Amino acid sequence: MLRLEKICKTFNAGTVDENVLFDNFDLTVDKGEFVSVIGSNGSGKTTMLNIICGSLEPDSGKIIVGGSDITKLSEHRRARKMGRVFQETKLGTCANLTILENMALADNKNKRYGLGSCINKKRIDYYRSLVEECGMGLENRMDTLVGSLSGGQRQALALVVANMTNLEILILDEHTAALDPKAAEVVMKLTDKFVTKRQLTTLMVTHNLRFAVEYGTRLIMMHEGKCIVDLKGEEKKNCNVDDLLRRFNEISIESGN
Amino acid sequence: MEIISIIKIILEEGAKYAILAMGVYLTYSILDFPDLSVDGTMPLGAIVSTVLILQGFNPWLSLIAAFVCGCAAGCITGLLHVKLHIRPLLCGILVFTGLLSLNLVLVKLGTGGQSIASIFGEKTIFTGDLAQLVPESAGGLMIRKLLMLVVLVIIVKLLIDAYLQTKSGMLLRATGANEQFVTTLAQNPGVSKILGLALGNGLAALSGAIIAQANETANTTMGTGMVVFGLSSVIIGLTLFGKIKFMKATTMVIFGTIIYKACLQIAVSLGLPSDYNKLLMVVLFIIALLVSGALNRKGGKKNA
Repeated sequence: MLRLEKICKTFNAGTVDENVLFDNFDLTVDKGEFVSVIGSNGSGKTTMLNIICGSLEPDSGKIIVGGSDITKLSEHRRARKMGRVFQETKLGTCANLTILENMALADNKNKRYGLGSCINKKRIDYYRSLVEECGMGLENRMDTLVGSLSGGQRQALALVVANMTNLEILILDEHTAALDPKAAEVVMKLTDKFVTKRQLTTLMVTHNLRFAVEYGTRLIMMHEGKCIVDLKGEEKKNCNVDDLLRRFNEISIESGN
Repeated sequence: MEIISIIKIILEEGAKYAILAMGVYLTYSILDFPDLSVDGTMPLGAIVSTVLILQGFNPWLSLIAAFVCGCAAGCITGLLHVKLHIRPLLCGILVFTGLLSLNLVLVKLGTGGQSIASIFGEKTIFTGDLAQLVPESAGGLMIRKLLMLVVLVIIVKLLIDAYLQTKSGMLLRATGANEQFVTTLAQNPGVSKILGLALGNGLAALSGAIIAQANETANTTMGTGMVVFGLSSVIIGLTLFGKIKFMKATTMVIFGTIIYKACLQIAVSLGLPSDYNKLLMVVLFIIALLVSGALNRKGGKKNA
């Protein structure tokens, strides 16, 4: 489904701060896989997502989605088949529009944004049923400005909005990191429900080891631009937070942190 | 009687400039783009319209031509920003400075070498056939121009309101607030920005054309201070009426324009020499900013 081939990325090339992050990095994600990605700061998790989404260009290498090479495509062109939810809760939705307006906009994704009316009254009940899944009562607040929702509510809505069109890949960029523990739990459960129900190919970067262990079908630990742990199937089911934490500490000692 | 004629002047002036203020509202408030090209696109519209009228064109058609020229200039501001990654303020300054020359060339071409295009006695939208349908005076007051201006402003306002409810308009609103969101919707936020700037400057030019026809003259310097004026009107309108739920932002901007013009007119009536006009505009702008900052502090909204 998603293949990264021989990705190279160096930051500040040619300066004293030169930092070779990826050197021929490869990753293959199969259709329907729900991959949790963990790793310390600077291990390349977010850079990898940025390279996949197109907000960052690799120095060399290929990005292949569903058999087609998208390396040269701009970020917004790639977004046709990708959904993305960010750590920053403000990014996934539009604060100055209402819940209804946000959903109506997202409903039109991959179509022309012309001079037709944005809100189709016949679709409102459908939108309501979508946010009802969040279990936050958002379905009764369709005309509320998104800016006045809480972080957890915004993130839940961002998930719904990102999933309104058929996606090939869902990218979750530490999407629970800015939330309080309870809201994080709710949003994570909701994510799992969404992803499992739709069999979505998902990449989730997280700092929460428990989420990485409990959810998803595959777990990757990154370190200095490489996958140093890659657990699938039974291995993934049997891993636990303590193992991961031990592995984390080992790396930290190796790299002198 | 004195008071009534002052009120009439205020309303007339307010209506003349309200369309420009709504254009500034589109770029500044909706798109979050401080666009200085308005100082150049407003006289561009005025000059295009008057020059075409001098060539015998229909005054209504000249309004459309002015709007289109303004849109084109706005596109250039947008392209400079989106394609060449030049900062918004600088893009506006570049386009405005370029238009200084272009406007001068246009007006000289149209008038055979003069720097002022006078259309005194020519047919304008205020003296043409359609205008004859509007009553000329009521109670000894000439109201035809005012009535026509009010109708024009309302038409433009309704069109903007309608546009902002369309898919394209909604995307424009999203672009100003959250570009990343537009990108995740698989749309190029740059295109949306260019479109918004085109519309905003198109409206500024349309406003310039209407002002020129109302005053029966156009020149290259009439645009000086239009950005400050437009921004003040927008800020005054949104600050004073922002709390009123059912009022559309465009309506607030129109009222803001009228209040701003009223302040200027009152100062003139009290005997302030017209030399101080621009200085007064700036002082009013700063007062508007201070008041809006004080009122918004609780809500945590940003200033200019």
